[in-house]
Amino acid sequence: MFDRNQITLARMQPGHSGIVVQIQGGHGLVNRLSALGIMPGKRITKISSMLMRGPVTIEVDRVRVAIGHGMANKIIVKLD
Amino acid sequence: MKILLMGNPNVGKSVIFSRLTGVHVIASNYPGTTISYTQGFMKLGEETDEVIDVPGTYTLEPTSEAEEIALQLLNTGDIVINVVNAVNLERNLYLTLQLLERGIPVVVALNLWDDTKHRGIHIDLDKLRELLGVPVIPTVAVTGQGIKELVENIPKAASPDTPVHSRDERWAIIGSIIDQVQHITHRHHTWLERLEDASVKPLTGGIIALAVLASAFLVVRFIGESLIGYVLDPLFNNLWAPVVLKLSNLMGGGGFLHDIVVGKLANGEVNFVESFGLLSSGLYVPLAMVLPYIISFYLVLGLLEDIGYLPRLAVLMDTIMHRLGLHGYSIIPTLLGLGCNVPAILATRILESKRERFIAATLISIGVPCAALQAMIFGLVGQHGGQYVAIVYGTLFVAWIILGIILNHVVKGFSPELLIEIPPYRLPPWRTVLQKLWMRTYGFLVEAIPIILGAVVAINILYFFGVFDAIASFTAPVVSGLLGLPKEAVTALVIGFLRKDVALGMLAPLALSAEQLVVGSVVLAMFFPCIATFVVLLRELGMVNMLKSAGVMISAALITGGILNLIL
Repeated sequence: MFDRNQITLARMQPGHSGIVVQIQGGHGLVNRLSALGIMPGKRITKISSMLMRGPVTIEVDRVRVAIGHGMANKIIVKLD
Repeated sequence: MKILLMGNPNVGKSVIFSRLTGVHVIASNYPGTTISYTQGFMKLGEETDEVIDVPGTYTLEPTSEAEEIALQLLNTGDIVINVVNAVNLERNLYLTLQLLERGIPVVVALNLWDDTKHRGIHIDLDKLRELLGVPVIPTVAVTGQGIKELVENIPKAASPDTPVHSRDERWAIIGSIIDQVQHITHRHHTWLERLEDASVKPLTGGIIALAVLASAFLVVRFIGESLIGYVLDPLFNNLWAPVVLKLSNLMGGGGFLHDIVVGKLANGEVNFVESFGLLSSGLYVPLAMVLPYIISFYLVLGLLEDIGYLPRLAVLMDTIMHRLGLHGYSIIPTLLGLGCNVPAILATRILESKRERFIAATLISIGVPCAALQAMIFGLVGQHGGQYVAIVYGTLFVAWIILGIILNHVVKGFSPELLIEIPPYRLPPWRTVLQKLWMRTYGFLVEAIPIILGAVVAINILYFFGVFDAIASFTAPVVSGLLGLPKEAVTALVIGFLRKDVALGMLAPLALSAEQLVVGSVVLAMFFPCIATFVVLLRELGMVNMLKSAGVMISAALITGGILNLIL
């Protein structure tokens, strides 16, 4: 299911928006992210990422969430 | 009747709590654990009801210990006030649905209602009430708007018949509720939001963090020094000293009992730091040297917490903390440790793994001096010049980093990743800030003063029977040889187990050089936790890990002290 509009959250550019299409992780990760409102179908905007594989900050439903780099690598986003 | 305040983290639950209850609130630990919750009382008609501020939780399927406690508290309650963030209705309703499924009467406080207007969010309240089947009251806890209506609606709390759903079903129901009640219009970002985002971007975030931490430090010092210089020192020197002197005359000016109560006089004068009697040092050290810094530190920390800055610091520090085997969130317990190591080590519970808790707790015990000890470092080492204080802090910081890197390599396992909500900046109401400050200051007074007074008596008695002389000669090779301190300093190191502030005070009469004071302060800070911290460490880590942690502390203290002694 290669799609050149799909990209991991970690590789997304700050300022860009998109829809979460998939979370490539186990039940635990899916649960923790969904509690914070991050799940497939959600529209998110990337705000920033810290240098040296630092955390990524996104906006989802008007709330900002910081996500570790490794987790951000498992969140697949379809860019607008 | 027991009323529970429940909701997601960062929805203003605690502000609603302080609006509902009076000043008499109690912080309690949940039995058998160290998760604390706040308890207070409110008048509802004729009866007085208990109100509990339950730890913030996103879901009733617990993912952390705090959430497990929230679930257990829920089983003891009669009514739930579900505090919901009106700006983010969708995610917040997940918990609301779960609460309704449990059949407990619920009333919803739709907090941060004022935010919805300038964020272009329109919520159809009547429709929401109809769909949920419970009272929904818009509130602005910070200004108190809607609190009266909320209280009036507590007796109307309802528990509509709701079947239990799966996670996906709940999200589907919420999606349909949102479609019917919420309408969002587009609007532009405000300058405050730009500032919020700037604090989590690498360059601007770093600058903001430096500015915030530097001003926090300056404000803490300014308030602390002003309280000492303009309030407490004049009180002790002008009003209390004559009383103590009179008492000293009445007791004959000397002797065993006199020395315990008043302490040793120097040239017929009371020296509040060095005399070491119950009524001299026993009161002066905790009240005039330490308390001012406790107040100023917790005031500033409380403000940073309530404004919502700390999670941003966690994001900024994440990369560095990973090198120490931790993630960014552990900066919060670490900062707490600058106040007191006990709540700091309790706060390591927010970290997920045992490994992280071990590393964080050990690093806090070694490298993070509490406010009481810092106050004494400023008071005593500072007399010789600011550069010596800087050496103490610099050494502790370097030791903290090096030990963290070592522990990260030595302790098995990996460091989990950061996942936190970044709340918007909010101006906390003074009432909430002061309530929290009072709880923390009161906690210090009731915990520290009895131990300090007890330590003063114990020290005098042990001196009298020559116990310290025996220990001093026994440990002289290490203390004098390795650390370059006089053997009398052993007494202080031993007393450091009871209270580090008192212990550092005991170095004062020894006429140490500035370098020796630096070594003494660093070793005292790193060497061994005070008894209160020790007990918490034991409870948190268990015996085996506690012993490992203690081993790390003692070796680190001796190595660092020895190196300092060589190079200074």
